[in-house]
Amino acid sequence: MTEMMAWSIFLLPLFAFIFISLVIRPFLNGYDRVSGYVAIVAVAIGFVLSIQSVLEVWNNHGKIVWPSHSWITVGSLELSVGILMDPLTAIMLVVVSGVSLMVLIYSQGYMHGDPGYSRYFAYISLFTASMIGLVLAGNIIQIYFFWELVGLCSYLLIGFWFHKPSAIAAAKKAFLVTRLGDFGFLLAILYLFANGGEIFAANASEFTGAGMSGSVFDISSVNFAAKSGFFAGSIATLVALGIFAGAVGKSAQFPLHVWLPDAMEGPTPVSALIHAATMVVAGIFLVARFFPLFEVSSTAMSFVAITGGVTALFAASMGLVMYDIKRVLAYSTVSQLGFMMLALGIGAYGPAIFHLFTHAFFKALLFLGSGSVNHATGTFDMRYMGGLKKHMPWTYYTFLIGSLSIAGIFPLAGFWSKDEIIAASLHHPDAIQIVVAIMALVAAFMTAFYMFRALFMTFHGEFRGGIAAEPDSGADSHDVHLEESPAVMVLPMVILAIPAIVAGFLFNPVIDGGIGSIPQYWFSKMLNMVDHVYVKGHPIDFFAASISSIIAVSGIGLAYLIYIRKSVNTSTIIDGEFSYMTGPVYKLIFRKYFFDELYEGKITIALFYNGVARLIDWCDRNIVDRIGNVIGFFGRNSGKVVTTLETGQVQIYGVGMSVGIVSILIVFVVWG
Amino acid sequence: MDFHDIKLLSPEISMGALGIIIILLDMITNRKGVLATVSVVGLAVPLSLSLYLCGLVDSDSEGKLSGVYGTVLIDQFSLFFKFFILGTLALVILSSTDYLSKLGRLRGEYHALLIFSAAGMMLLPAVTDLISIYIAIELTALPLAALIAIRRDSHSTEAGIKFLLLSAMSSAVLLYGMALIYGFTGSTEIEVIIERIAYLSTGSGPFGERVILLAVVLIVAGIGFKISVAPFQMWVPDVYEGAPTPITSYLSVASKAAGFAIMLRIFYMAFGDIRIDWASLFAILSAVSMTVGNLAAVIQTNIKRMLAYSTVAHAGFLLMGLAAVGTQADLFETPMGPGSVLFYLVAYAVTNLAAFFVIIAVVNSTRSNMIRNFAGMGQRAPVLAIILSISMISLLGIPPTVGFMGKLYIFSAAINSGLTWLVICGVLNSVVSAYYYLRVIRTMYMLEPESDTSIQIGIPPRMAIGIVGIGILVLGIIPSTVMNAAEKAVIVFF
Repeated sequence: MTEMMAWSIFLLPLFAFIFISLVIRPFLNGYDRVSGYVAIVAVAIGFVLSIQSVLEVWNNHGKIVWPSHSWITVGSLELSVGILMDPLTAIMLVVVSGVSLMVLIYSQGYMHGDPGYSRYFAYISLFTASMIGLVLAGNIIQIYFFWELVGLCSYLLIGFWFHKPSAIAAAKKAFLVTRLGDFGFLLAILYLFANGGEIFAANASEFTGAGMSGSVFDISSVNFAAKSGFFAGSIATLVALGIFAGAVGKSAQFPLHVWLPDAMEGPTPVSALIHAATMVVAGIFLVARFFPLFEVSSTAMSFVAITGGVTALFAASMGLVMYDIKRVLAYSTVSQLGFMMLALGIGAYGPAIFHLFTHAFFKALLFLGSGSVNHATGTFDMRYMGGLKKHMPWTYYTFLIGSLSIAGIFPLAGFWSKDEIIAASLHHPDAIQIVVAIMALVAAFMTAFYMFRALFMTFHGEFRGGIAAEPDSGADSHDVHLEESPAVMVLPMVILAIPAIVAGFLFNPVIDGGIGSIPQYWFSKMLNMVDHVYVKGHPIDFFAASISSIIAVSGIGLAYLIYIRKSVNTSTIIDGEFSYMTGPVYKLIFRKYFFDELYEGKITIALFYNGVARLIDWCDRNIVDRIGNVIGFFGRNSGKVVTTLETGQVQIYGVGMSVGIVSILIVFVVWG
Repeated sequence: MDFHDIKLLSPEISMGALGIIIILLDMITNRKGVLATVSVVGLAVPLSLSLYLCGLVDSDSEGKLSGVYGTVLIDQFSLFFKFFILGTLALVILSSTDYLSKLGRLRGEYHALLIFSAAGMMLLPAVTDLISIYIAIELTALPLAALIAIRRDSHSTEAGIKFLLLSAMSSAVLLYGMALIYGFTGSTEIEVIIERIAYLSTGSGPFGERVILLAVVLIVAGIGFKISVAPFQMWVPDVYEGAPTPITSYLSVASKAAGFAIMLRIFYMAFGDIRIDWASLFAILSAVSMTVGNLAAVIQTNIKRMLAYSTVAHAGFLLMGLAAVGTQADLFETPMGPGSVLFYLVAYAVTNLAAFFVIIAVVNSTRSNMIRNFAGMGQRAPVLAIILSISMISLLGIPPTVGFMGKLYIFSAAINSGLTWLVICGVLNSVVSAYYYLRVIRTMYMLEPESDTSIQIGIPPRMAIGIVGIGILVLGIIPSTVMNAAEKAVIVFF
């Protein structure tokens, strides 16, 4: 594995983007399909290289060190470009390129006939390239650059159907809300740059001794500094919290979760990509990347854990009542991301990344499944679905696998990773961990319930008409084609179902001696190779495993009772009220705890629009504009003064020169 | 003059020969298009000779070759400018093929004069004797005067005469300054002048160091004319407007670079020791220049005049690098100042050439230099419009263009030398300049085109525009190669 091979994982999709935008779109009209092929080939090669990088990292016992390349050196400011190839990077590469590859293949069917076909594949290529660039980044400037690029790409893709006002609004919302978090991240970078320089310079010899560049922007050096205790006082806490603010925005953690459900306005494969492998996992990745820095500060760690726990619980509760299948999945993602944050916050680095890994596969699978359902029924509203099991068996069974996996049923992938997190939270009980353990268990129950609620409403019972039955849709029965999706869409779902079942064995806490060539605790051993990370593999915790299994099964059971056995009256499913939820609580949750109203009505309009914006507007008109006008007036007229001497008369110019010389001399004699 | 001397001067000698060949060829052939080809291909000879010298300098233990009775010095610094001038010249010749089709008989002279003038510019950074400096400057200026007037209409002729007269006046001022230096030090060789000045600045000379003040000011004024610094800038708009546009682009880039080269050579080599605070003089001139240039550019309606004032403003930015001599602690020990000047020259060259090349192509079709005639270029000539927009953004200094890197570098150099006030002045001036640079972009994209005919453009200008257009972005993203070359070139001063 050479450095060039690692770069090409990033460069290939980037070139695909450039090629599609600059060659195919302008010059090869009518050959749209080529865009798909170009993107798929680029990402497929990247995927193979990613697998290889995992093997290389494993065989090299941890980190492959490639010195970074100087990019700009201006005085004391030195910026470089480099790759940090460690176990985390390698695992993320597989997740990103693998999911992206499946999404690209699937999109060929889903986006078939869309006028923006080439543009779509161009954006997805750029999205993948940015995320891979983020994962590979060796320094903070690079990370920030790709971080913003990922944000931009998600903006472009959520607003892909820009003729829909709701898509534009969702894209703007996603961009602006995540920008709030990014601002914290930027502050953290600036704070680190302002305060870290001296610390790093003082310990330069230690960095050299450890083979680090000792640059304040270098990620390995920052982590090394944190681990060696160079950060005195509150520096680590402030930087960690700033970084976490960025992660809260991107990973849609409470209270910046509001953008993610709206992001459903984009094409469904994009949702799969955003939810499984790119945008939202970037936040988890960022915290994991700077994990040693977080570990230094117990304040930051507790903050991360509590935020994660609240998010997991809060989002899962909203997932219970949504009718839109994609919104159920969206809240499910927010909730699962909360799980990962929670795990990071209690120091369970390995389980968090493991859950990220398994979640990527089953969540991508579930989203692709919802897209497949939409392909047939024309709607995402589960009230108008039902009975699709017999029409779409492939979709049904893969969706079932995904649901079982996310619910945490033995022996599917989700069981192992979720169990690790729950076990970790039960293991070292202190006040915070007991709280988050309870949050995690309640959220796990809700997860099992809402996933099977979605499964039963969508696939079981009688078909309720699809888009044609939806009021005000303007569609008729011609828009509903009850049949299995084309092979190009089914194939990625089947492929993704495989890791959704077996990915858990990579952690393998059970079989001593390993499964085939995979040793016991492979995943934690892999992550553990880089010494700065605390991960430990421990045997399966039967107590935690039985609790989480009981919880998952009872969640599924409750859903079964309500939606299949109809033990509880749900005759009003179509009308929209559930009798098992009393009115006010139901309404509170269904309206998403009124967060949208709070942000838009109270904060955005009342506070910012009527308060801050008006004040700024007044200042702008009466102070800034006046100053601007004066400067403008001065500028225009002094421009005229300067040019009045431009008479075109060569004598005047000569005189001008002489006057210039004399005035310089006078200045020198007087002041010199 | 032995073989060693000829070797040192071989790039310039081959340039002279190439010019003569062009004139002879012009007499015997009717296919005038071949002249441009011969010129560009012929530049391979001075280029390879410069590369050969580069190899000699690299293998030399001191990194410099001196010859011709100590008047010529070949080092990294002079080689940097040889390549700079050769590159600029090749691009200008490529870009002017369309323009020249209306010049008729004079195409041979056009190419020959350009090459002669470039020979002077290549020589200028390499000479270390005041007399030779003067001769190189005149070798540069006289062909330029003829080139400015080559269109032979009233505008062009007027511009040529103005340039000639004012150039003569500035030469007189410069000569007066040199004569004073000779009077005080007794030598015209920079190496000797360095020693005598060191002696004078101990205060034991006949008049003390104050006597050099007048000489310094006169030299700054004389060269200040060439590099279009305020208050010696008044000729610039008239000449830029009247001259054929390819010559304007050449004047704004190559001529300015040669001027800054000799400025660096004289001040960093010879005047480093005198306690006259010429760095502050440059700082003040810098502030005056960028302010005057930008304010005057705001009200221009003719794009060539606008870029003329813009060039005055950029001369101000470049002077900022010249003023950045370091703080008291590390005076003349940091190569950042002169290094940033060299990088900025490259940045400005690539950017300004791109702007002018697009203007040449557009004006060839529309026959008007007015900014309003660029309306709707976004539709009429999308590629040209994008490149002109990129070059405007680069002139303004916004990433990811090379103009941003140039400003970043030069501003950092100034900050490191404690010139914070000047940097603030520079940033404010950049803000002012946004008004007139962005107005061009606005005109091209937001106003309706006056006709919908597309812009016809030949292959050589396309190549030139492509090279500089891509160069703006490539150097804006990966500036380190040129930055390293610039710092390596100025290391000879330290």
